[in-house]
Amino acid sequence: MSAAVDYLLHLADNALVLGQRNAEWCGHGPILEEDIAQSNVSLDLIGQARMLYQLVATLKGGDVTEDKLAYFRDTHEFRNYTLLELPHHGPLSAYAGSSLDYGTTIVRNFLYSALMALLWEALEKSANADLAAIAAKSVKEVRYHLRHSRDWLVRLGDGTDESHARSQASLDHLFPYTQEFWAHSPAEAAAVEAGIGVDLNTLKADWDAIVDAALAEATLQRPAAGGYVTEGKKGVHSEHLGFLLAEMQSLARAHPQGVW
Amino acid sequence: MTTELKEWPLWEIFIRSKQGLEHKHCGSLHAADARQALEMARDVYTRRQEGVSIWVLPSSAITASNPDEKGELFDPAADKIYRHPTFYEIPDAVGHM
Repeated sequence: MSAAVDYLLHLADNALVLGQRNAEWCGHGPILEEDIAQSNVSLDLIGQARMLYQLVATLKGGDVTEDKLAYFRDTHEFRNYTLLELPHHGPLSAYAGSSLDYGTTIVRNFLYSALMALLWEALEKSANADLAAIAAKSVKEVRYHLRHSRDWLVRLGDGTDESHARSQASLDHLFPYTQEFWAHSPAEAAAVEAGIGVDLNTLKADWDAIVDAALAEATLQRPAAGGYVTEGKKGVHSEHLGFLLAEMQSLARAHPQGVW
Repeated sequence: MTTELKEWPLWEIFIRSKQGLEHKHCGSLHAADARQALEMARDVYTRRQEGVSIWVLPSSAITASNPDEKGELFDPAADKIYRHPTFYEIPDAVGHM
């Protein structure tokens, strides 16, 4: 059971953290139509997170609820990829600020959606029937996320000189974080062993093909992925996750018994 | 001479609902091209399950009647009630028409 719980939390935290991050565009989108599109993506992701947290709550029993899992765990207990908690802009020096950069948002959504389109499809055959059902629903959502982000990646990459330079910079910044996809964690290994999870390395060739085809169409260069491999899925996060969680969790913590 | 567009062109959106046979006009949006207009229409106009099919067409392709000519175009039909098929008696056997 523990193998399932840890694995499900990893999947749920991925969806919740990116859903929360992308929700920062709500009311601030570059154009009205994209504002709505990005909010739709967030709602899909948060919906996936809810189903997964509900499943974890059922497995753990006791007084565990989806809200406790989302709002009352701290940074080191979250199991999402570091990629998904990063802000919507490139690296900055200590006290610098930056406005949201849509290229960063698009590149990240593309890299993650390309992975999840493959993973949800594979998870439809999970030994855990509930997870397989969640995968069947989520795969339709993520195929649209991939289509949306890929379309914009090509438009920005193969667009103006500025949009090309900025999307290439986002890609150079974010690509090394995808190394974490392929590094095993104990939770994933146990889930694969139990037939619940999928070994991501079996999907890597397909992910490479999706990414390379899109980058070629977008006239962007695939960066060499090297250097430090992040360990968000083991609970070792960047400094950005704490701020994201503080904003997301503060209301539930101020009013722990609050209901709609 | 080409004029550079400051804004993306406008598109008219038509949605066919699950029960509907025809696509109905539901609004408009700005998009760079037809494919993007389709994607955006999906997000803007079908997120509450409004439809199962989308058409988009450039607003500039529409030729509209002139509101100032409303009188000569439409008013003459106002007193021709005999053009409405409301004076026929329908046999009961026909049922609802």
